[in-house]
Amino acid sequence: MATPTGGHPYNGDQRVPGEHGDNRFGFPAASGGQGPGQYQPYQQQEHQQQGAPGGPGSEWPQQQPGAGWPQQPQQRHDTSQQPRIQPVQQRRAPEPAKPAAHNPLVRPYAMTGGRTRPRYQLAIEALVSTTADPARLQGQLPEHQRICRLCIEIKSVAEVSALLSIPLGVARILVADLAEAGLVAIHQPGGDEAAGGQPDVTLLERVLSGLRKL
Amino acid sequence: MGKTTFVGAVSEINPLRTEAVMTSASAGIDDLTHTGDKTTTTVAMDFGRITLDQDLILYLFGTPGQDRFWFMWDDLVRGAIGAVVLVDTRRLADCFPAVDYFENSGLPFVIALNGFDGHQPYTPDEVREALQIGPDTPILTTDARHRADAKSALITLVEHALMARLR
Repeated sequence: MATPTGGHPYNGDQRVPGEHGDNRFGFPAASGGQGPGQYQPYQQQEHQQQGAPGGPGSEWPQQQPGAGWPQQPQQRHDTSQQPRIQPVQQRRAPEPAKPAAHNPLVRPYAMTGGRTRPRYQLAIEALVSTTADPARLQGQLPEHQRICRLCIEIKSVAEVSALLSIPLGVARILVADLAEAGLVAIHQPGGDEAAGGQPDVTLLERVLSGLRKL
Repeated sequence: MGKTTFVGAVSEINPLRTEAVMTSASAGIDDLTHTGDKTTTTVAMDFGRITLDQDLILYLFGTPGQDRFWFMWDDLVRGAIGAVVLVDTRRLADCFPAVDYFENSGLPFVIALNGFDGHQPYTPDEVREALQIGPDTPILTTDARHRADAKSALITLVEHALMARLR
């Protein structure tokens, strides 16, 4: 089961005030007591924009246990804009959201609008670097902003996950969103197509030489 | 056994930890990290980084060796140079699933015998015999606490991967 059920249906037409046009991935309603479009996590977004980022997720309100959110409907995207990113090759089993008791701040997959698979299959060691002008970050999701600030210096998807305390599957989705919106550049590791994506001989020789010099 | 120590010995950053979420299919047989929710289990994975050149970064990922973590290995072997199977010589049998996995996946691997407190009770030849490892796969002894040992294991692995590609 990918996501708990029982929440209100996500209304794709709802927009968060001030949300950037490129960012279509709003939060579904977080608690069952609210109607669609009441984006609880955004109520404190101004804290984030005033430049006082707390610990991971600390600015986020408590999620009510048992509250569900529905899967976000599939939305259009233009793959031709991101030729460097490989389309998803295979459907993996969806990763269930963590129990609220283990993350009292916000359920990890709330950040992704309930999506459990990225649009693109990012390698865990794929490198992420922020290309967006800082002014463009205003109005982005808080998690997207944190990733963009972190990746001003190039980082791997694994580092994004570890340094921001976001589960790996969630980090992949968020980074793929940012790449699609043109806010970060992705450098997928190369590989020899003829050898099933294995590193080519030249790369192996460079790695060997580099290790010997350590 | 000793994965984080090994990664930390050569990494230029303190080993970082990321989490992957296990699916319900494999969570049923996991009793160590069970979260109380029947469908989810979180598995930690440690990793480190070595900058080898201006435009070349090597990432080291340490994952648990039990076969219920195969779902993580599937993810990691794509594009990987190879694997170091770190073996606790007190519990040789624990590495069987990893050895089977890498033999089947075709990913180059070496076996590093990590002696407890630097003590090596078996020779590589004895272990090769016990594990039924072919002569092509390097087996070396290592002390994961020492940078030179960890570096040497990585060099052996990349040499082995290069030989496999050129063969």
